[in-house]
Amino acid sequence: MMTEVLANQDHHEHHDDSGSRVVFGFWIYLMSDLILFATLFAAYAVLRNNTYGGVGIAQITDLPRVLTETLVLLISNLTIGFAFLSQQRASKQGVILWLLVTFLIGLAFVGIEYQGFSQLVAVGNDWQRSAFLSAFFTLLGVHWFHVIAGLLWTIILIIQFASQGTSSKMATRLTCLGLFWHFVNIIWIFIFTIVYLMGVI
Amino acid sequence: MSNHHPVADTQHNKTFTAYVIGFVLSIILTVAAFFLVQKQQLTTVNLYISVAVLALVQLVVQVICFFGLHKGSERGWNLLTFVFTILIVLVVVSGSLWIMYNLNYNMDH
Repeated sequence: MMTEVLANQDHHEHHDDSGSRVVFGFWIYLMSDLILFATLFAAYAVLRNNTYGGVGIAQITDLPRVLTETLVLLISNLTIGFAFLSQQRASKQGVILWLLVTFLIGLAFVGIEYQGFSQLVAVGNDWQRSAFLSAFFTLLGVHWFHVIAGLLWTIILIIQFASQGTSSKMATRLTCLGLFWHFVNIIWIFIFTIVYLMGVI
Repeated sequence: MSNHHPVADTQHNKTFTAYVIGFVLSIILTVAAFFLVQKQQLTTVNLYISVAVLALVQLVVQVICFFGLHKGSERGWNLLTFVFTILIVLVVVSGSLWIMYNLNYNMDH
Protein backbone atom coordinates (compact mmCIF):
# COMPACT_ATOMS: atom_id res chain seq x y z
CA MET A 1 0.00 0.00 0.00
CA MET A 2 2.87 2.30 0.86
CA THR A 3 4.44 1.73 -2.56
CA GLU A 4 1.15 2.50 -4.21
CA VAL A 5 0.97 5.76 -2.34
CA LEU A 6 4.55 6.53 -3.41
CA ALA A 7 3.86 5.56 -7.01
CA ASN A 8 0.78 7.74 -7.04
CA GLN A 9 2.81 10.55 -5.54
CA ASP A 10 5.34 10.34 -8.40
CA HIS A 11 2.75 10.66 -11.13
CA HIS A 12 0.42 12.72 -9.06
CA GLU A 13 0.57 15.84 -11.20
CA HIS A 14 -0.01 14.07 -14.49
CA HIS A 15 -2.77 11.69 -13.34
CA ASP A 16 -4.64 14.30 -11.40
CA ASP A 17 -4.74 16.56 -14.46
CA SER A 18 -5.89 14.00 -17.05
CA GLY A 19 -8.25 12.39 -14.51
CA SER A 20 -9.99 15.67 -13.74
CA ARG A 21 -10.34 16.38 -17.47
CA VAL A 22 -12.07 13.02 -17.96
CA VAL A 23 -14.38 13.78 -15.05
CA PHE A 24 -15.13 17.24 -16.45
CA GLY A 25 -15.92 15.72 -19.86
CA PHE A 26 -18.26 13.28 -18.16
CA TRP A 27 -19.85 16.18 -16.29
CA ILE A 28 -20.63 17.85 -19.64
CA TYR A 29 -22.35 14.62 -20.75
CA LEU A 30 -24.44 14.65 -17.56
CA MET A 31 -25.48 18.24 -18.27
CA SER A 32 -26.69 17.26 -21.77
CA ASP A 33 -28.54 14.31 -20.20
CA LEU A 34 -30.16 16.79 -17.83
CA ILE A 35 -31.54 18.70 -20.84
CA LEU A 36 -32.89 15.41 -22.26
CA PHE A 37 -34.76 14.80 -19.00
CA ALA A 38 -35.99 18.41 -18.96
CA THR A 39 -37.67 17.89 -22.36
CA LEU A 40 -39.28 14.66 -21.09
CA PHE A 41 -40.52 16.43 -17.93
CA ALA A 42 -41.90 19.26 -20.11
CA ALA A 43 -43.69 16.74 -22.37
CA TYR A 44 -45.10 15.00 -19.31
CA ALA A 45 -46.32 18.27 -17.77
CA VAL A 46 -48.03 19.23 -21.04
CA LEU A 47 -49.69 15.83 -21.59
CA ARG A 48 -50.49 14.74 -18.03
CA ASN A 49 -54.20 15.62 -18.25
CA ASN A 50 -54.74 14.13 -21.73
CA THR A 51 -55.94 10.75 -20.49
CA TYR A 52 -58.36 10.05 -23.39
CA GLY A 53 -61.02 8.85 -20.97
CA GLY A 54 -58.60 6.39 -19.34
CA VAL A 55 -56.78 6.40 -16.02
CA GLY A 56 -54.98 9.49 -14.71
CA ILE A 57 -51.87 9.67 -12.57
CA ALA A 58 -53.85 9.68 -9.30
CA GLN A 59 -55.45 6.30 -10.11
CA ILE A 60 -52.18 4.53 -10.91
CA THR A 61 -50.03 5.96 -8.10
CA ASP A 62 -49.17 3.59 -5.27
CA LEU A 63 -47.51 6.07 -2.88
CA PRO A 64 -46.01 3.55 -0.39
CA ARG A 65 -44.38 1.67 -3.30
CA VAL A 66 -42.99 4.92 -4.73
CA LEU A 67 -41.66 5.96 -1.31
CA THR A 68 -39.94 2.57 -1.02
CA GLU A 69 -38.32 3.06 -4.43
CA THR A 70 -37.13 6.53 -3.40
CA LEU A 71 -35.63 5.28 -0.12
CA VAL A 72 -33.94 2.38 -1.95
CA LEU A 73 -32.24 4.83 -4.34
CA LEU A 74 -31.23 7.14 -1.47
CA ILE A 75 -29.54 4.21 0.30
CA SER A 76 -27.66 3.37 -2.90
CA ASN A 77 -26.36 6.98 -2.95
CA LEU A 78 -24.70 6.22 0.38
CA THR A 79 -23.32 2.80 -0.59
CA ILE A 80 -21.69 4.07 -3.80
CA GLY A 81 -20.21 6.86 -1.67
CA PHE A 82 -18.69 4.18 0.58
CA ALA A 83 -17.20 2.50 -2.52
CA PHE A 84 -15.61 5.85 -3.40
CA LEU A 85 -14.21 6.19 0.15
CA SER A 86 -12.78 2.64 -0.02
CA GLN A 87 -10.99 3.60 -3.26
CA GLN A 88 -9.46 6.57 -1.44
CA ARG A 89 -8.16 4.17 1.21
CA ALA A 90 -6.89 1.92 -1.66
CA SER A 91 -9.01 -0.92 -0.24
CA LYS A 92 -9.80 -3.21 -3.17
CA GLN A 93 -12.06 -5.49 -1.09
CA GLY A 94 -13.94 -2.47 0.25
CA VAL A 95 -14.59 -1.07 -3.24
CA ILE A 96 -15.80 -4.43 -4.56
CA LEU A 97 -17.99 -5.05 -1.50
CA TRP A 98 -19.71 -1.65 -1.67
CA LEU A 99 -20.12 -1.82 -5.46
CA LEU A 100 -21.78 -5.23 -5.03
CA VAL A 101 -24.13 -3.82 -2.37
CA THR A 102 -24.91 -0.86 -4.66
CA PHE A 103 -25.58 -3.26 -7.53
CA LEU A 104 -28.03 -5.33 -5.46
CA ILE A 105 -29.87 -2.22 -4.22
CA GLY A 106 -30.09 -0.88 -7.79
CA LEU A 107 -31.35 -4.27 -8.94
CA ALA A 108 -34.09 -4.11 -6.27
CA PHE A 109 -35.19 -0.72 -7.64
CA VAL A 110 -35.25 -2.03 -11.23
CA GLY A 111 -37.31 -5.03 -10.06
CA ILE A 112 -39.89 -2.96 -8.12
CA GLU A 113 -40.20 -0.56 -11.06
CA TYR A 114 -40.63 -3.41 -13.55
CA GLN A 115 -43.37 -4.86 -11.37
CA GLY A 116 -45.17 -1.49 -11.45
CA PHE A 117 -44.87 -1.23 -15.25
CA SER A 118 -46.09 -4.78 -15.87
CA GLN A 119 -49.09 -4.31 -13.54
CA LEU A 120 -50.12 -1.29 -15.63
CA VAL A 121 -49.65 -3.05 -18.95
CA ALA A 122 -51.49 -6.17 -17.69
CA VAL A 123 -54.75 -4.23 -17.26
CA GLY A 124 -54.44 -2.45 -20.63
CA ASN A 125 -52.87 0.80 -19.35
CA ASP A 126 -49.89 0.60 -21.70
CA TRP A 127 -48.10 3.46 -23.49
CA GLN A 128 -50.52 3.32 -26.44
CA ARG A 129 -53.60 3.93 -24.27
CA SER A 130 -53.34 7.74 -23.98
CA ALA A 131 -51.00 10.70 -24.44
CA PHE A 132 -50.63 10.82 -20.66
CA LEU A 133 -49.48 7.18 -20.49
CA SER A 134 -47.10 7.70 -23.44
CA ALA A 135 -45.44 10.60 -21.64
CA PHE A 136 -45.48 8.69 -18.34
CA PHE A 137 -43.82 5.58 -19.76
CA THR A 138 -41.29 7.63 -21.76
CA LEU A 139 -40.12 9.63 -18.74
CA LEU A 140 -40.13 6.69 -16.31
CA GLY A 141 -38.73 4.29 -18.92
CA VAL A 142 -35.78 6.53 -19.84
CA HIS A 143 -34.93 6.85 -16.14
CA TRP A 144 -35.31 3.08 -15.72
CA PHE A 145 -32.90 2.38 -18.58
CA HIS A 146 -30.42 4.82 -17.03
CA VAL A 147 -30.48 2.76 -13.83
CA ILE A 148 -29.95 -0.44 -15.87
CA ALA A 149 -27.00 1.19 -17.66
CA GLY A 150 -25.63 2.10 -14.21
CA LEU A 151 -26.00 -1.54 -13.11
CA LEU A 152 -24.10 -2.85 -16.17
CA TRP A 153 -21.40 -0.23 -15.58
CA THR A 154 -21.17 -1.31 -11.91
CA ILE A 155 -20.61 -4.95 -12.94
CA ILE A 156 -17.87 -3.89 -15.36
CA LEU A 157 -16.13 -1.85 -12.66
CA ILE A 158 -16.39 -4.74 -10.16
CA ILE A 159 -14.62 -7.00 -12.70
CA GLN A 160 -11.98 -4.34 -13.41
CA PHE A 161 -11.33 -3.67 -9.72
CA ALA A 162 -11.08 -7.43 -9.09
CA SER A 163 -8.48 -7.87 -11.84
CA GLN A 164 -6.56 -4.56 -11.64
CA GLY A 165 -6.98 -3.40 -8.04
CA THR A 166 -7.15 0.26 -7.11
CA SER A 167 -5.25 2.91 -9.07
CA SER A 168 -5.70 6.54 -10.06
CA LYS A 169 -7.13 5.37 -13.40
CA MET A 170 -9.73 3.24 -11.62
CA ALA A 171 -10.41 6.12 -9.23
CA THR A 172 -11.36 8.29 -12.22
CA ARG A 173 -13.69 5.57 -13.55
CA LEU A 174 -15.33 5.11 -10.14
CA THR A 175 -15.75 8.89 -9.80
CA CYS A 176 -17.61 8.99 -13.14
CA LEU A 177 -19.87 6.09 -12.11
CA GLY A 178 -20.54 7.84 -8.79
CA LEU A 179 -21.49 11.08 -10.56
CA PHE A 180 -23.77 9.15 -12.94
CA TRP A 181 -25.42 7.32 -10.04
CA HIS A 182 -26.04 10.49 -8.00
CA PHE A 183 -27.34 12.24 -11.14
CA VAL A 184 -29.85 9.48 -11.95
CA ASN A 185 -31.03 9.52 -8.33
CA ILE A 186 -31.56 13.30 -8.39
CA ILE A 187 -33.71 12.82 -11.51
CA TRP A 188 -35.74 10.30 -9.51
CA ILE A 189 -36.32 12.85 -6.73
CA PHE A 190 -37.99 15.07 -9.34
CA ILE A 191 -40.00 12.14 -10.76
CA PHE A 192 -41.09 11.36 -7.18
CA THR A 193 -42.11 14.98 -6.60
CA ILE A 194 -43.50 16.11 -9.97
CA VAL A 195 -45.06 12.89 -11.27
CA TYR A 196 -46.18 11.10 -8.10
CA LEU A 197 -46.57 13.58 -5.23
CA MET A 198 -48.01 16.39 -7.38
CA GLY A 199 -50.07 13.74 -9.20
CA VAL A 200 -52.06 12.79 -6.11
CA ILE A 201 -52.44 16.27 -4.56
CA MET B 1 5.38 10.41 3.95
CA SER B 2 4.13 10.39 7.53
CA ASN B 3 2.86 13.96 7.30
CA HIS B 4 0.57 13.01 4.40
CA HIS B 5 -1.53 10.57 6.39
CA PRO B 6 -3.28 13.00 8.75
CA VAL B 7 -4.17 15.17 5.75
CA ALA B 8 -5.56 12.16 3.86
CA ASP B 9 -7.47 11.05 6.95
CA THR B 10 -9.03 14.47 7.47
CA GLN B 11 -10.08 14.58 3.82
CA HIS B 12 -11.46 11.07 4.17
CA ASN B 13 -13.46 11.94 7.29
CA LYS B 14 -14.82 15.10 5.67
CA THR B 15 -16.00 13.09 2.65
CA PHE B 16 -17.57 10.48 4.92
CA THR B 17 -19.35 13.15 6.97
CA ALA B 18 -20.64 14.87 3.83
CA TYR B 19 -22.09 11.59 2.51
CA VAL B 20 -23.82 10.78 5.81
CA ILE B 21 -25.22 14.32 6.24
CA GLY B 22 -26.46 14.30 2.62
CA PHE B 23 -28.06 10.91 3.13
CA VAL B 24 -29.83 11.79 6.40
CA LEU B 25 -31.10 15.15 5.08
CA SER B 26 -32.36 13.49 1.87
CA ILE B 27 -34.31 10.89 3.87
CA ILE B 28 -35.84 13.57 6.11
CA LEU B 29 -36.83 15.78 3.13
CA THR B 30 -38.30 12.83 1.20
CA VAL B 31 -40.31 11.49 4.14
CA ALA B 32 -41.51 15.02 5.01
CA ALA B 33 -42.81 15.54 1.45
CA PHE B 34 -44.46 12.11 1.54
CA PHE B 35 -46.33 12.78 4.79
CA LEU B 36 -47.41 16.27 3.73
CA VAL B 37 -49.12 14.73 0.70
CA GLN B 38 -50.41 11.72 2.65
CA LYS B 39 -52.05 13.84 5.37
CA GLN B 40 -53.47 16.44 2.90
CA GLN B 41 -53.89 19.03 5.67
CA LEU B 42 -52.63 22.03 3.71
CA THR B 43 -54.52 23.74 0.91
CA THR B 44 -53.78 22.47 -2.61
CA VAL B 45 -51.67 25.47 -3.58
CA ASN B 46 -49.66 25.29 -0.35
CA LEU B 47 -49.06 21.57 -0.88
CA TYR B 48 -47.73 22.16 -4.40
CA ILE B 49 -45.40 24.89 -3.14
CA SER B 50 -44.23 22.82 -0.14
CA VAL B 51 -43.30 19.68 -2.08
CA ALA B 52 -41.61 21.79 -4.80
CA VAL B 53 -39.54 23.62 -2.17
CA LEU B 54 -38.65 20.33 -0.43
CA ALA B 55 -37.47 18.86 -3.78
CA LEU B 56 -35.37 21.95 -4.58
CA VAL B 57 -33.80 21.89 -1.09
CA GLN B 58 -32.97 18.22 -1.64
CA LEU B 59 -31.41 19.09 -5.03
CA VAL B 60 -29.16 21.66 -3.32
CA VAL B 61 -28.29 19.23 -0.49
CA GLN B 62 -27.37 16.43 -2.90
CA VAL B 63 -25.39 18.69 -5.24
CA ILE B 64 -23.34 20.00 -2.31
CA CYS B 65 -22.93 16.73 -0.38
CA PHE B 66 -22.56 14.24 -3.25
CA PHE B 67 -21.32 16.18 -6.29
CA GLY B 68 -19.24 18.69 -4.37
CA LEU B 69 -16.87 15.91 -3.37
CA HIS B 70 -15.68 15.10 -6.84
CA LYS B 71 -14.79 18.56 -8.00
CA GLY B 72 -11.09 19.03 -8.56
CA SER B 73 -9.26 21.68 -10.51
CA GLU B 74 -12.25 22.13 -12.85
CA ARG B 75 -14.53 23.34 -10.06
CA GLY B 76 -15.30 26.70 -11.67
CA TRP B 77 -16.13 25.09 -15.02
CA ASN B 78 -18.34 22.50 -13.33
CA LEU B 79 -20.35 25.22 -11.66
CA LEU B 80 -20.52 27.41 -14.78
CA THR B 81 -21.79 24.58 -17.02
CA PHE B 82 -24.26 23.52 -14.30
CA VAL B 83 -25.73 27.02 -13.97
CA PHE B 84 -25.90 27.38 -17.77
CA THR B 85 -27.69 24.01 -18.06
CA ILE B 86 -30.20 24.99 -15.37
CA LEU B 87 -30.91 28.14 -17.42
CA ILE B 88 -31.54 26.05 -20.55
CA VAL B 89 -33.75 23.67 -18.53
CA LEU B 90 -35.84 26.59 -17.24
CA VAL B 91 -36.23 28.01 -20.77
CA VAL B 92 -37.19 24.60 -22.23
CA VAL B 93 -39.68 23.69 -19.48
CA SER B 94 -41.33 27.07 -18.90
CA GLY B 95 -41.36 27.84 -22.65
CA SER B 96 -43.01 24.51 -23.49
CA LEU B 97 -45.66 24.91 -20.78
CA TRP B 98 -46.36 28.53 -21.78
CA ILE B 99 -46.73 27.76 -25.48
CA MET B 100 -48.85 24.64 -24.97
CA TYR B 101 -51.10 26.37 -22.43
CA ASN B 102 -51.76 29.20 -24.89
CA LEU B 103 -52.32 26.73 -27.71
CA ASN B 104 -54.93 24.83 -25.66
CA TYR B 105 -56.56 28.07 -24.58
CA ASN B 106 -56.83 29.45 -28.12
CA MET B 107 -58.17 26.18 -29.53
CA ASP B 108 -60.96 26.18 -26.94
CA HIS B 109 -62.01 29.79 -27.45
